[in-house]
Amino acid sequence: MAITPNPYKTTGFLGWIDDRFPLTKIWKDHLSDYYAPKNFNFWYFFGSLAMLVLVNQLLTGIFLTMHYDPSAENAFGSVQYIMRDVPWGWLIRDLHAAGASAFFIIVYLHMLRGIMYGSHRKPRELIWLFGCLIFLVLMAEAFCGYVLPWGNMSYWGAKVIISLFGAVPFVGHQLQVWIQGDFTPSGATLNRLFAFHVIALPLVLVMLVFLHVMALHEVGSNNPDGIEIKQHKGPDGKPLDGIPFHPYYTVHDLVGVGVFLLIFAAVIFFAPTGGGLVIEPDNFLPANPLVTPAEIHPAWYFGVFYAMLRSIPAMFDTQIWGVLVMFGAVLVLFFLPWLDRSPVKSIRYKGWIFKTALAIFIVDFLVMNYLGMQAVNPLYTAITRVGTAVYFAFFLLMPWYSRWDRTKPVPDRVSFHGHGGSQRVTS
Amino acid sequence: MSRRFNAALALAVIALLPGWARAEDHGPGWMAFSASPNNLVSVQRGARDFMNYCSGCHSLQYQRYQRMATDLHIPDQLLKQDLMFNPDAKPGDTMVSAMPDQQAATWFGKAPPDLSLEAQVRGADWIYNYLQHFYLDPARPTGANNPQLPNAAMPDVLWSLQGWQKLVGKGDQAHFESVSQGRMTPEQYRDFVADLVNFLDYVASPERAQRLSVGFKTMIFLVILTGLLYLLNREYWRKIH
Amino acid sequence: MSTEGVDDSRRRFLLATSTVVGGAGVVALAWPFLDSLSPSAKALAEGAPVSVDISKVEKGQQITVFWRKQPVWVLSRTSSMLASLNQVTPRLADPKSEQPQQPDYCKNEYRAIKPEYLVMIGICTHLGCSPKLKAQAPDPAVDPHWLGGYLCPCHGSKYDLSGRVFTGQPAPLNMVVPPNRYANDTLVVIGEDPHENKSKA
Repeated sequence: MAITPNPYKTTGFLGWIDDRFPLTKIWKDHLSDYYAPKNFNFWYFFGSLAMLVLVNQLLTGIFLTMHYDPSAENAFGSVQYIMRDVPWGWLIRDLHAAGASAFFIIVYLHMLRGIMYGSHRKPRELIWLFGCLIFLVLMAEAFCGYVLPWGNMSYWGAKVIISLFGAVPFVGHQLQVWIQGDFTPSGATLNRLFAFHVIALPLVLVMLVFLHVMALHEVGSNNPDGIEIKQHKGPDGKPLDGIPFHPYYTVHDLVGVGVFLLIFAAVIFFAPTGGGLVIEPDNFLPANPLVTPAEIHPAWYFGVFYAMLRSIPAMFDTQIWGVLVMFGAVLVLFFLPWLDRSPVKSIRYKGWIFKTALAIFIVDFLVMNYLGMQAVNPLYTAITRVGTAVYFAFFLLMPWYSRWDRTKPVPDRVSFHGHGGSQRVTS
Repeated sequence: MSRRFNAALALAVIALLPGWARAEDHGPGWMAFSASPNNLVSVQRGARDFMNYCSGCHSLQYQRYQRMATDLHIPDQLLKQDLMFNPDAKPGDTMVSAMPDQQAATWFGKAPPDLSLEAQVRGADWIYNYLQHFYLDPARPTGANNPQLPNAAMPDVLWSLQGWQKLVGKGDQAHFESVSQGRMTPEQYRDFVADLVNFLDYVASPERAQRLSVGFKTMIFLVILTGLLYLLNREYWRKIH
Repeated sequence: MSTEGVDDSRRRFLLATSTVVGGAGVVALAWPFLDSLSPSAKALAEGAPVSVDISKVEKGQQITVFWRKQPVWVLSRTSSMLASLNQVTPRLADPKSEQPQQPDYCKNEYRAIKPEYLVMIGICTHLGCSPKLKAQAPDPAVDPHWLGGYLCPCHGSKYDLSGRVFTGQPAPLNMVVPPNRYANDTLVVIGEDPHENKSKA
């Protein structure tokens, strides 16, 4: 039976494949003929870097799973086994531990990029929504992973976070016990978090990343000018302001990879505990249900959310409010595409109101993240309450202030001045 | 917004995200100390002293004799003769104290903690100060107390080396005064403690030597690779305008 | 997209160099991952030599000890058992132990340092089952000419009382004799070569 020849007229082995599977099509659609705007800047490195760190986490995670023992009795010891007895185990473990922190730094910067240049605006709302889901799953994944070493911070972190579910009215306590599978975090809890961490959540995460990229390639990338490059096409039907992703952005992103790896390697080889940020001193003690660490705080990347959680007081006989505010802080991100009513996408053409609002938001975020890592005191709690209000105001008032803002006219074409070596271009 | 501003903003975000500052109140007589786990001779002496003075009660349950011998260049013969006191232990075994936990709990009220990771948990400088700050306190069953870990179960096992001291004054004025001489001069004892701490610092991260050596090679490689990639990228983008 | 005037040789050189350097990096990075799968310090420690007191093994009896998580047999052979070793020679695949299945100092028909004591890893060389000692002779259930030896329950491979495989068996090689030495007359250390006797016997 004859088959329809593939439209790429490839022959030989590749032709055989292409007649049966869209290999060349995928290559062209997503790399060699995927046109990305010419004017990507520094902020556009973080998408590919997030992908790199995801691969790092999957790869190192698989090898750690081979040596790790998810039982309450042996989990802590098996991490030391990895660090000491397994050849190169320390490297694989620290790549994974520092990789988690790197993942959050990259994802936060990637999200900030989206907010700055309006990458969530029509027609890219779905990309943003998938991204928010990725962030949510990543938080769950990071939490589960944080518990696995079963150090004392792991244990108490698990206890505090799972206790959040105890705040649910009426069924809270039962829910908490059900999640733990015991009356306190125990071997049963550790085993189920392990299952989530190594299979359930990574599957979801990889699937969401796939959807995120598919959605992006369907509508095309945004850029620092917030201009649709597809509106200006040349006679060949290619966007005039676009450039094939491969090879131009592959080599471009590889420079970002190189710089990132330099920083990442510097941490792994010369500051593996990251000054207590990657691995806290208290997590070198085994889980001890009798002794709470003097300063209990979550991993640094949850600082903002933890600060909000504990600054909201219990009211009407329930502490659910803090939990709601914390989840609300993540949930509000999902609505961003519809909150931003500015006629322009990019911060380059927005007015002083949005720029000021974003600057305040960034400072607010950093301050609250810092406070989330500190011991509680009344002053910090007061600051955090204001900070929480500012955080939500940035999003919830956006429909108004983004419309009042006096925007600048958006040019027709992207601003691009050519990269390195331009002085040699004479024609 | 200029590219330079973008880069600066990103760096600021990275730098400010975490909270580094941690105010600490160290207690009387605190001396700054940073371990030198690369000082092989000191770590070797520390290993010997640990086995002689500490290993009776404290285990290093994650450290293997063989690994210690390899890392610290201790010959097998010397390891078996001078450092392995448990006749049943094999070189591949972990350095577990001969004292049974239950018995220890009866004697001290609490089993002596494992010290494999002590330098990571509390820091080398803490151990350095702890071991020098035992002072006479008749209120304690052991006759001694320690401002670094008040009312702990551990007796002042090193008194014969250090001699006794007492804690004088309150608050900021608090300091130690010698009551009786030990077998060592204060300088000798300080070096003795430094050796022990260097050894414990090694034990807490025995992979450090490999980590640093691989690290330097990796950094050099990455600098070369990143340089090449930079040139490659510039070459591709040179004619794009 | 215009590529005219692009310095092709420079571009190709940089591309080739980056690919080679990057490729070398990937290979170098693969090594720690692959090496992490080799036996850990714990596995090596658990595979340390074991000492066996053989004074309690009665004549004709066999004991099993664990070394590197495998059964190691110590068979105390009677004189009639030793005599059988000569008689089966024509039917053996490798009667002189030419294959490197034993240390040089055990390369003799007894495949042992002391003829009375066979020290051998009890694993069939076919697919890794553990054979059974069939010391009784004759034993028509095993073989019409059986003089005593080992029979693998999985695929029926037969070995003599030195662990030498008979011809025409699924198993291709004699069973493995581990390094061993006598610390004294009755104490065998399995997993260590004799101190003085590492040269060819």
